[in-house]
Amino acid sequence: MGINLPLGLFVFMLATFVGLEIIRKVSPLLHTPLMSLTNAISAISVVGAIMVTGAQDATTLSKFLGIIAITAVVTNIVSGFLITDRMVKMFKKREAKK
Amino acid sequence: MQQLVEYIYIVSAALFILSLKWMNSPASARRGVFAGEIGMLLAIAGTLMGFQVHNWQWIVPAFVIGTAVGVPIAYIMPMTAVPQRTALSHACGALAAALVGTAEFYQRQPQAATELRGFVMVALVIETLLGFLTFTGSLMAMGKLQEVLPQRPITYRNQNAVNFTLFAIAAGLAVRLVLVPTDTWLFPIFAGLALLFGVLLIIPIGGADMPTVIAILNSYAGLSACAMGFALNNNLLIVAGALDGSSGLILSIIMCRAMNRSFTNVLFGAFGQVQAQAHKGVQRSVRSASAEEAASILESAGSVIIVPGYGLAVAQAQHKLRELAEALTRLGADVKFAIHPVAGRMPGHMNVLLAEADVPYDRLFEMDEINSEFAQCDVALVIGANDVTNPAARHDKSSPIYGMPILDVDKARCVMVIKRSMNPGFAGIDNELYYMDKTLMLFGDAKAFVSEILKELPARVGAG
Repeated sequence: MGINLPLGLFVFMLATFVGLEIIRKVSPLLHTPLMSLTNAISAISVVGAIMVTGAQDATTLSKFLGIIAITAVVTNIVSGFLITDRMVKMFKKREAKK
Repeated sequence: MQQLVEYIYIVSAALFILSLKWMNSPASARRGVFAGEIGMLLAIAGTLMGFQVHNWQWIVPAFVIGTAVGVPIAYIMPMTAVPQRTALSHACGALAAALVGTAEFYQRQPQAATELRGFVMVALVIETLLGFLTFTGSLMAMGKLQEVLPQRPITYRNQNAVNFTLFAIAAGLAVRLVLVPTDTWLFPIFAGLALLFGVLLIIPIGGADMPTVIAILNSYAGLSACAMGFALNNNLLIVAGALDGSSGLILSIIMCRAMNRSFTNVLFGAFGQVQAQAHKGVQRSVRSASAEEAASILESAGSVIIVPGYGLAVAQAQHKLRELAEALTRLGADVKFAIHPVAGRMPGHMNVLLAEADVPYDRLFEMDEINSEFAQCDVALVIGANDVTNPAARHDKSSPIYGMPILDVDKARCVMVIKRSMNPGFAGIDNELYYMDKTLMLFGDAKAFVSEILKELPARVGAG
């Protein structure tokens, strides 16, 4: 498993700039849901956890640590997306009832 | 198949970026959440199918347990507890990154010569260091927010020196591990130091600084996921981690600015010293008023700006307050809410609490938007907020909060402050606002008092 460092850094650099630009435009109204959303998104580390646990030659230690990791991030994914949705649903404009 | 996975990851990464982009307005935010969910599902499905994944008997139960824990958390958690949940999820995410890093480190030992060289090892130690310290740090933050741990800073002599030494040792071990990855006995010590450092880093930070701390930990958790991406050579992880990292960075900068403090000051400043020397106020007189008087002033007001603070949520007065705002609107007043960036316990928290109470979001204004309007407003009603309204921040150089951006409540024609008593607030600083001639103190529980004002109002609502 070779590491492609320049490419990785390149991707990191671009993603950071994109992130900074996009996040700056997020309405301060939504900073709390934003944080739970980014949290759910960064739980993409589930991919790494699956690869470690699911490797053919995974040692018992790897499997053990791996399933704890999977459980932890799946909790984040599920609760993160659901609670974000619950929060953004609450934001309503004034109804035109006047 | 491997190839296909790579393409799926590209789609996922794009969806994640769109997801955050759509958070720019409440109107598109739900779409944003949906995009994120699809991106996540694609990535997980792609990974499970694309790589030769073994050990399903381990993986499937882990997914089931994670889901079973996650769903109730999302639905049961009250909105006031969202900061704690966020801290907990930072802890979970960071723990996962740290454990994956640890597993990789031991798993690859047999091929250490070829696979644990150079940058892979650098990425692994960064991943585990950040992961472990964010794990315990977030747990401490959660404990403080949940009030299981004392809110006030825990300080001792030479604290910064101890922390710094500890971190230096951990960093030294990290360098040593990078150079000689086969020294497996060093790894548990390294991990232990990182865990300990996380605890020591957070305990000297007071409850008032938690919004900043949560944002910084958010950033760390993202960066540890990012480092995992480097270790596993996975661009999707790098992108998602970088997005999370930059989001945490921006939010912590916003929080620091809102309190006029720097990162280093939050992390190493120990606000506690300030608290000790704050009580020296001379007895001054204040004007207090009853609910009846307050109601009659509010009734005739043309414009009212409500300034909520976390005390509002503590008193569970959000719904009553929304009723009051509606009643005043019906009486013809222009009612707005002024939200200071640190009004809640995490960035944007107060907005969520008010949205939950059905306050329409187009009535919520940020500090910069609304500050110029106080001068033209008839009544500013402060509920559960204190330091963010203290004019001393503008002119009193000796005040601990000097320089902090505040809401210009004192410029309103009349100021009303609902407060339990004259006890100083969280930072222990006396608020000049309370002694001004145009300020009326409304002493009592926020919820009870707002209800009383409401009771005084309706008689005329019907008539008018």
